[in-house]
Amino acid sequence: MTTAAAARPRLRFSDSQIEMAHGAGGKASRRLVEGLIAPAFANPVLAALSDAAVFPLGGARVATTADGYVVRPLRFPGGSIGDLAVNGTVNDLAVSGARAVALMASFILEAGLPADELRAEVEAMAAAARRAGVPIVGGDTKVVEHGRCDGMYVTTFGVGLVDERLALDPRAVRAGDAVLVSGPIGDHGITILLARGELELEADLRSDTRSVWPFVESLIAACASGLRWMRDPTRGGVATALNELARECELGIVLREADVPLRREVRGACEVLGLDPLHIANEGQLLAVVAPADAERALAALQAVPGGEGARLIGEVRAEHAGTVVGITPYGGTRAIDMLVGDPLPRIC
Amino acid sequence: MTTTTGMKYVDEFRDPVLISAVAQEIARTVDPARHYRIMEVCGGHTHSIYRHGLRDVLPANVELVHGPGCPVCVLPTGRVDDGLAIAAQPGTMLTCFGDMMRVPGTKGTPLELKARGADIRMVYSPLDALKLARDNPRTQVCFFAIGFETTAPSTALTLLEARELGLRNFSVFSNHVTIVPAIRAILDSPDMRLDGFVGPGHVAAITGCRPYEFVARHYGKPVVVAGFEPLDLLEAILMVLRQIRAGEAKVENQYRRIVPWEGNPAALRALALVFELRPYFEWRGLGFISQSALKLKDAFAAWDSEVRFAVPGVRVTDPRAAQCGEVLKGVLKPPQCKLFGKECDPEHPVGALMVSSEGACAAYYRYARTAEVAHA
Amino acid sequence: MCLAIPGQVVELNAEQPLLVKVDVGGVRRNVNVGLLEDGEVGIGDWILIHVGFALSKIGAAEAQDQLRMLRAMGEDELAMEEVRGYTFATDGGERP
Repeated sequence: MTTAAAARPRLRFSDSQIEMAHGAGGKASRRLVEGLIAPAFANPVLAALSDAAVFPLGGARVATTADGYVVRPLRFPGGSIGDLAVNGTVNDLAVSGARAVALMASFILEAGLPADELRAEVEAMAAAARRAGVPIVGGDTKVVEHGRCDGMYVTTFGVGLVDERLALDPRAVRAGDAVLVSGPIGDHGITILLARGELELEADLRSDTRSVWPFVESLIAACASGLRWMRDPTRGGVATALNELARECELGIVLREADVPLRREVRGACEVLGLDPLHIANEGQLLAVVAPADAERALAALQAVPGGEGARLIGEVRAEHAGTVVGITPYGGTRAIDMLVGDPLPRIC
Repeated sequence: MTTTTGMKYVDEFRDPVLISAVAQEIARTVDPARHYRIMEVCGGHTHSIYRHGLRDVLPANVELVHGPGCPVCVLPTGRVDDGLAIAAQPGTMLTCFGDMMRVPGTKGTPLELKARGADIRMVYSPLDALKLARDNPRTQVCFFAIGFETTAPSTALTLLEARELGLRNFSVFSNHVTIVPAIRAILDSPDMRLDGFVGPGHVAAITGCRPYEFVARHYGKPVVVAGFEPLDLLEAILMVLRQIRAGEAKVENQYRRIVPWEGNPAALRALALVFELRPYFEWRGLGFISQSALKLKDAFAAWDSEVRFAVPGVRVTDPRAAQCGEVLKGVLKPPQCKLFGKECDPEHPVGALMVSSEGACAAYYRYARTAEVAHA
Repeated sequence: MCLAIPGQVVELNAEQPLLVKVDVGGVRRNVNVGLLEDGEVGIGDWILIHVGFALSKIGAAEAQDQLRMLRAMGEDELAMEEVRGYTFATDGGERP
């Protein structure tokens, strides 16, 4: 467990009301968690604020995590809320180095939700759980009046055991370490934006929702001792995840913009709307930081996994500009890549 | 970013080899003993400069000064309040571009008011607002129109269609402004010493290049109308520097694949049909400027939000410590404002320059804090 | 106020001739071409899109001219380096 979080200056939460930005995964979300919620529950395990809480139990390291899913629309190309609910929690455990051993699911359902829709989601969850090799062993259901939630909200809880070969810790990251991504970014967030139908854009795009455990397994086999840190870049995108790492390890991160994998359609949508793909959510990708000697081996390990052909080495850790992420263009131009502020909003300027 | 296939008319103008070639030519063109101050007028250019890290490839003695061509940045708080006052009226829906959603009014941003129950929706096009009006016949839909001459023709065509359809529940709150008065205000400002201008490429796609001839003729400064990709901006800067070296001052068109010298006649006709110039309009930081903004003609009164709704019309001055005006004119760089990065940051913006994606302060805050990395 | 992006016309609309479908990197949207003077837009044409409207057609010839000239600038640069190197060589110095 890292003491980095305890040493960080605490953010203050002084907002007068909750805004959508507090759920977007960027700065406002951090303020809410670090300024209001975490201090209230204060304890050493929580203080690390990583994707999963890890604590010792009977000689092993147990990882446990919870995630709520409120996506709208419920169904979209490539998946549905059910897929996200299973894969998201499996992935939070995976990037903590733990194979998911069991999941639980809590449903909050809106009166009036057609049973067929619920059936479809439950079946999606069952299928995703089968694919991920993890049983859903229990949970809860509640119903609220019509209009009190968007059809359905799902929260899943997961537990797993951290692989003993791993010592993941932002504090273990060193200057010179390599940054890898498992595949093209931005697919999920753009798919959802288009699926809402308000912007009248069409594209042949699907959410990338899937379990990233196979990537983690492959990395452990290839270079467990050199694997420093992993994250699944969901809300807030790659930019937010790497900014959090830069802050926690107090080093700088450089991204080579030309090397970041991106589907043509995601790029097209981002160019039309004026969005930065680095801020867009992913639901089936993995960021990993490995020791430089293991970089090529780690890349090969990711690319060897079916669905991992798009994996790339995208940057490295440096001592300079500690705490920030910088993008570099092929001609030597630089820009600071900031954490997401609020929801990504299309712009016309 | 690596993609499976590229984007035509974009990627060619981001070619690293060509960019390096132009950068080297720029380095050979400048007089090392001289300091050059070139203003890019358009906020879209400001955004592009930072987004592509272009300052890193320019010689240290070429300084880019950010101009006031950011329509969100120059909108005074009072006008934002007026728009939000419309949204607060029952049975009304306010529609606006994404750029507006986080701009602070006195009582909050559109996003915050939306969170408190106001019907405020983001649209990509004024035609989307028109569609919302048709789909919600019992709701009064107001479109909060912002933008320079690039965007005003689109609003004009939308109004023409609203009139054709005889829609009774659609109106436009026009905050369109024109670029020439802003350029003139900069040139007339005593604190300003500029050597040349990078001209607004997409505004010029509508207006053509002629409107900028006064800068060369009366003020003796070169103007090069530029596109928005890195190669466009660098080529335009090179063209400005070459004029300076040759002792010339004229208007040139770098963005020839898009901008016709005479502008877009259909767009100019649409503007003339629908809009007229306000006698004066207040610009944040620049004060009242005459003949600088567009209002709907009387023939379109039925679709004019300022006729349909009562708005407070109150002037709201910026907090005294905020130096938005000086930054807009390029007199101060964003970090020189006392509030920069302290009371004013993208999450808690005091002025719109920190909120708008093309505002100089936001661009600086987001993109420019680590310039020294490039050569590490 | 200037986010405008090039897109290619992929579909025309018989009922609404002012509305065409445009492709930007695989993403498609309807775009109003009422601001284009001759209104004559064909499938395959490239146009500049801003807030759902086409502002201008993109001039392929002008684009090619510009790129050709910039490439020549780059080649001139290389040629000049060659010349400089040759000069040093004739001075008896090392070729860089």
